[in-house]
Amino acid sequence: MKQILSLSSFLAVKEIWRNRARFLLVSLVIALITLLVLFIAALGEGLGNGNREYISKLSAQLIAYQAKSDFVINSSRLGRDRLASIRRVEGVQDTGMLGTSNAALILDGNPAPLKVALLGVEPGHTGEPQIVTGRQLGTDLAKEVIIDRNTALRSKLALGDTLTMRVTQGTKDEFFKLRVMGITDGQQYSLQPSIFVPFFTWERIRPKSEAEVNSSNNVANVILIKLNDPNRVEEVSQRLTSQVKDIEVATLDTAINALPGYSAQQSTLNTQGGFTLFIGVLVIGGFFQIQILQKVAQIGVLKAIGTANPIVALASIIQIVIVTAVGVAIGGLLTFLFSLTFPPTIPIVFNGATSAIAVAALLLIGPLGGLVSIRYAVGIEPLKALGLSS
Amino acid sequence: MMNTTSTFALETEAVVKTYQSDSGTIQAVDDVSMQVRRGEFVALVGPSGSGKTTMLSILAALLKPTSGKIILDGRELAMLGDKERVSLRREKIGFTFQANNLVPYLSAVENVELMLRLNNKLDKGGRLRARELLARLGLAERLNNLPGQMSGGQQQRVAIARALIHNPSLVLTDEPTANLDTERAYQVVETFAGLIHEQNRAGIMVTHDLRMCEFVDRVLQMQDGKLVGMYTGRKEVMGLVKGKGH
Repeated sequence: MKQILSLSSFLAVKEIWRNRARFLLVSLVIALITLLVLFIAALGEGLGNGNREYISKLSAQLIAYQAKSDFVINSSRLGRDRLASIRRVEGVQDTGMLGTSNAALILDGNPAPLKVALLGVEPGHTGEPQIVTGRQLGTDLAKEVIIDRNTALRSKLALGDTLTMRVTQGTKDEFFKLRVMGITDGQQYSLQPSIFVPFFTWERIRPKSEAEVNSSNNVANVILIKLNDPNRVEEVSQRLTSQVKDIEVATLDTAINALPGYSAQQSTLNTQGGFTLFIGVLVIGGFFQIQILQKVAQIGVLKAIGTANPIVALASIIQIVIVTAVGVAIGGLLTFLFSLTFPPTIPIVFNGATSAIAVAALLLIGPLGGLVSIRYAVGIEPLKALGLSS
Repeated sequence: MMNTTSTFALETEAVVKTYQSDSGTIQAVDDVSMQVRRGEFVALVGPSGSGKTTMLSILAALLKPTSGKIILDGRELAMLGDKERVSLRREKIGFTFQANNLVPYLSAVENVELMLRLNNKLDKGGRLRARELLARLGLAERLNNLPGQMSGGQQQRVAIARALIHNPSLVLTDEPTANLDTERAYQVVETFAGLIHEQNRAGIMVTHDLRMCEFVDRVLQMQDGKLVGMYTGRKEVMGLVKGKGH
C-alpha cells in the first residue's frame, strides 16, 4: 500500500508540476466556484440571520401567539390577561410581552432616515436583550432604549446619546426623543437593525392607525415564555394550549421558519448553492475526462510496463484532490479578501459551521466530478491504447 | 512437456490466436513455436498483417493466446491471473514501442528510474545505474530533459534504457526505428543489440525493415500468421538483409 501511495503521489505530483499552468487554470475555475458558493452561503446566513437573529438569541424556549395566527408575529395580538394566565401554568419560569413595529431614526447630517425594528420588551423579563455596554432598561415607561450593534454601527449613536425617532400615528408624523442606555450585540429582526424600548413606552410611540391614536390597550404581538426546565418544551407547550384559551404555542425553530419569507428565502439560496456545486462537479468532471482522453496512450504505456490499476486510479484521485484543494484554498482566500471590502449594511455573514460545510462540499465535488474519468482511466486497455490490437 | 529449466529465456509451443469478425474467423497467429536463448537477439519480420505485432503482444503478456503455451523464465503465462501478468510485465519484461514510448511529464532519467520505482528497487545504486546507462547511450547531457525536449532518436534511446534498467529476462521492441532516419535507426538498433548481448537478455525486435536485421542473431519470418522462415547464423542473416534470402 505504501508503495502504491508513493508511486501514485510521484506520478500525480510530477504531472501537475510539469503542467502547472494547465492545472492552475482549473484550480482558478474551482476558486471562482468556491468564491460563489461561499458568498451564496454567507448571503444565506446573512439574510437568515437578519431575519431570525433576535428570535434565535432569546432566552425563552416557547412563544405564545394568538390562536389561528399561523405563527405570524405581526398577525398575533395578545393582551395582559393572557400574560397572567400563562404565568400561572406549571413549568413556566418567566414571561415577557413582545411588541413589534417599525420606525425611522433621524440621523444628524443624513437626509435618509435609518429604518429600524422598534421592539417593545418588558424590562427585566425574557425578551429584553442582554447589553454589552451600558445598562439594562429601567422602568416600563422610561424614555430609554437599548440599541443593537447594527444600529450603533449604522447610526454612529453611542451610550448616553439622545436619538430622535419618527413614527406615523394617525395621519401625522410624530417625533420622539429617547436616550441610549445600552448597546447589545447583533439583534436584527425582520432584516432591520433593532431598537428595544420598554413595553409601555413602545405602546405609546409605536406607529398607530387613526383609531388607535387616543387609545392605550397594551396589547402585545406575542408572549415569550421561558421554562424552568428547557428539556420539557413539549410537555409545557401542551399544558399551555390546554390551560390558556385562544393561544397557539411554537418553539423558537417553528417561530423562525414561520417568519415571513424566511423559508422561501433560505430554500432559494440553498438551491442556488446546490446548483453552483453541481456546476462545479460538471466542470471538474469535464476537465479530467478531457485530460484522460488526451493521455490514453500514455496510460497505456504505463500499464504495459507493469503499472497496476490501483496506481493509475490513485494518481488520478491525488491529482483531483490537489487541484480541488488548491482551488478551494485560493477561493477561500479571495472570499476573505473580498469580505473585508463589504460595508456592514450588506447582509453577508461568514459563519464558521456554514463555511466549513460549504468547503467540505467543495472538496467533495472534485473526486465526485472525477469519478467518471478515474473509471475510464482504470478501464484503458494497454493493447488498444498503444495501437497493438488487431 | 517442455523443459522449464532449459537455457531458453522464452519458449512458445503451437501458439494460436484467432479473432471473430463479421467475415468469419481470422487466424492472426497460427501454430507458432519458437525459442529464444538468453543473450540472443531475434528479429521477427514479415509484411504488414503477417501477425508479428499480435505475436509480440502475446509474448508481452498483453494478449492471451487462443491456444498454445508460452513459457517465460520457466513460468507458463497461461497459468497467470491478470494481476500476475501485470507483475510479470513489470519484473521480467522490458518494452520499447513505436511511439508514445515515454511518460511526457517525466525527465529522461525519471522515465528510466520509473521501472525501478515500479519494482520497488529505486535506491542509490539504481539511480547511479540509470544515469550510467543513459550516459552509455549518449544522453549524459539530456538526463533532465523532458521527452518533448528530445529528438525521436534520443527518445528511443531513453526507452531502451528503461527497457533494460530493471534486468528483465525478455526485452521486446516494436518497430524501434519507425520514426527515425536511416543513420539514427542503425545507431539505435546497434546499441540495443550490443546491450542485449552484453547483459545476457533475450531480445525480440519486430520490424518490417530488413536492413535492421544486420545486428540480430536470428531472423524469424512470419506470413499470414505462420512462421515461414528462419535465418540463423551471420551468413544467412546477412543474405536476407542483402536480399538473398530464401
